Amino acid sequence: MSEPILELRGINKSFGPVHVLHDIDLDVQPGEVTALVGDNGAGKSTLVKCIAGIHPTDSGEVLFNGEPVHIKGPRDAAELGIEVVYQDLALADNLDIVQNMFLGRERTKGGLLDETDMEQAARKTLASLSVRTVKSVRTQVSSLSGGQRQTVAIAKAVLWNSKVVLLDEPTAALGVAQTRQVLDLVRRLAEQGLGVVLISHNMNDVFEVADKIACLYLGRMAAVVSTKDVTHGQVVELITAGRSGDLGIARPEAATI
Amino acid sequence: MSSEEASMTDTTDTHEQETAQQGAISDFGIDTTSQSTGEAVRDYWARVRGGELGSLPALLGLVVLLIVFSSLSDTFFTLGNLANLLQQGASITIIAMGLVFVLLLGEIDLSAGTASGVTAAVMALHLIHNGNLLGGMGDTVFYVFCGLLVLAIVLGAVMKVWAGVALSAVALVIAGVGIPANAWLEMLLAVCVGAAIGTITGFLVAKVGIPSFVVTLAFFLVWGGVVLQLIGQGGTLGLRDDTIFNVANGNLNFVGSWALFVIAVGGYAAIVLTRHFSRLRKGLVAQPTSLVLGKIGALAVLAAVITYALSLNRAPSDLIVIEGVPYVVPLVLVLLVVGTFVLDRTSYGRHIYAVGGNKEAARRAGINVERIRMSVFVIASAAAAIGAIVYSSKVGSVDPNAGGGNTLLLSVGAAVIGGTSLFGGKGRLRDAVIGGAVLAIIQNGMGLLRQPAAVVFIVTGLVLLLAASVDALSRRRAATAAR
Ligand SMILES: Nc1ncnc2c1ncn2[C@@H]1O[C@H](COP(=O)(O)OP(=O)(O)OP(=O)(O)O)[C@@H](O)[C@H]1O
Ligand SMILES: [Mg+2]
Repeated sequence: MSEPILELRGINKSFGPVHVLHDIDLDVQPGEVTALVGDNGAGKSTLVKCIAGIHPTDSGEVLFNGEPVHIKGPRDAAELGIEVVYQDLALADNLDIVQNMFLGRERTKGGLLDETDMEQAARKTLASLSVRTVKSVRTQVSSLSGGQRQTVAIAKAVLWNSKVVLLDEPTAALGVAQTRQVLDLVRRLAEQGLGVVLISHNMNDVFEVADKIACLYLGRMAAVVSTKDVTHGQVVELITAGRSGDLGIARPEAATI
Repeated sequence: MSSEEASMTDTTDTHEQETAQQGAISDFGIDTTSQSTGEAVRDYWARVRGGELGSLPALLGLVVLLIVFSSLSDTFFTLGNLANLLQQGASITIIAMGLVFVLLLGEIDLSAGTASGVTAAVMALHLIHNGNLLGGMGDTVFYVFCGLLVLAIVLGAVMKVWAGVALSAVALVIAGVGIPANAWLEMLLAVCVGAAIGTITGFLVAKVGIPSFVVTLAFFLVWGGVVLQLIGQGGTLGLRDDTIFNVANGNLNFVGSWALFVIAVGGYAAIVLTRHFSRLRKGLVAQPTSLVLGKIGALAVLAAVITYALSLNRAPSDLIVIEGVPYVVPLVLVLLVVGTFVLDRTSYGRHIYAVGGNKEAARRAGINVERIRMSVFVIASAAAAIGAIVYSSKVGSVDPNAGGGNTLLLSVGAAVIGGTSLFGGKGRLRDAVIGGAVLAIIQNGMGLLRQPAAVVFIVTGLVLLLAASVDALSRRRAATAAR
């Protein structure tokens, strides 16, 4: 097995008195899709935001390419090559698709925005995602449907030459065809050698694309298993009870938030 | 970073991908083809019907007001009065342009008016006391003043708002060194003091996290008091200086007027056409060339008529000659062009819109939201200082009421009437100019009709209400039209 591109060691995170993440360990391998599953409120989004530098962690270590790194903000994460598709609040409604895709990383020429260049690049990426229902890449995001927004958010993440992509429930709002596109894309990214983390509640999707599955239970990493070693039923048990046979945490009944 | 990204896309561009992408790109329907004039007009009309009115209502209002006042008053549509109108409206317009930056973030600066008064008073003191601010202000006030400038430098440095730091430092140097009076130096000092004030306001809003409404309401009172302290109850500081007097009262000469015409129209045409043909060349959607040329032509004709009219002699008596485009016109134009450029063509401007539209999305995109929020207050206060120079120049003096009264409310009104949204994320600088023109016409026209102040206030208020209603209704319309 290759060296992990991203390693989490003992990550803890509290919001005030609420201890949301307990000693999370996770390895993300390049060329693999790691599914991150868990019930509502298990802490999946929080974990992703900690990696992305949105939330500071209380303790623990993040290693990138084997080197310890300190990600203090979204910019640090982006510079390392970590891209995130957030579950919520990812786009500015008053900007158009191109402006959103390049937000924070605008291409400039002589200090001025290079609109045509950005527009062409955005259009290529969207075309590769087969976004056909959007009339123009200069459409304001406020007038897009939920699924179209989601697609733009995904396109925004794959636009960059990234090494790790984290997708937080990217298919939740998508139609059948678009879900297909995204799952294919997820596989394609992994085949290109990226480390991909996919958060999803849909077991079929998870079993289809993931190489390994990490189960969060009440903010604890219950188990990280290879997809081919487990059944649907076992994963569902891990998600809901924190334990399945000899997999999972020792005494899930003692676990509290 | 940008060259690296560019090379990234380049390397993937092998020939076959190119052709595959060409096919996929055509999936964007109308996006690649250039439109015909008919389509462009229909497209625009559809957007208007969908509620994207922009500055259209204000422009219509402007035309209606021009017609109404011209028919009611003999003097309204005379050259003398129209030039006067430009000079009267300039200061409110300039303050409003600065406020647009703040409003774009969904914030408000209630202190812009009285802060402008402070800058005017400092400017006048420097002039009157020949650069000796220590003598002009008295010991205590002077040291507090310098202390605040130092504070602004420190706060700006902490937040890396370098423009605020630099301008505050210049103000400190001018105040400390005591260079003899010079009109240009005094105007620079006013702008720098404005920037320092904005740095402090911005820090309290962006870093400390006090709502801008509260911070600026407090400063509205504070700066109002400071102006009174600097000038003294019942006092007036006269601005006896030709350069300062000319800012709002002087005119370009004949050659200057037409040079301005050539530069403005030529520059506009150059920018618009360069952009248009670059888009066409790259196969991106563009308006029809004939429509673009038509717009430029219409603007050129309008500008030529105005320039010609303003270069005629408009003096009321035969003994003097008053002609040429007032200096305030190029001043407002330069501010408009520079500001629009910053908002539309730089990353900084893009980030302002992003933070105004969705603060959290902006933060996640790696934008330093606090810094953006702080910086707009620096811009607003600096612009307010320029407005202060203009209104002080117009009346030739600074009194304790400078920037007080309804200066601020009219400026906010100008921005809103033009179409800037108070909810943030939506607005353009030209909105402030159009709105400022609407307000100037109302004030001037009602004055000519000898209406009492009571009526002027009421009408102005109702127009503002009307503008806000149009905005709210079009917003509702846009919400139902979308999706
Ligand atoms: N900003 C915050 N402040 C306080 N508590 C928070 C915050 N964000 C998340 N939490 C809490 O952290 C816990 C984990 O939330 P998180 O959003 O990570 O869950 P999730 O696993 O992504 O759930 P879902 O599947 O519903 O998206 C929840 O109990 C939530 O209430
Ligand atoms: Mg979540």
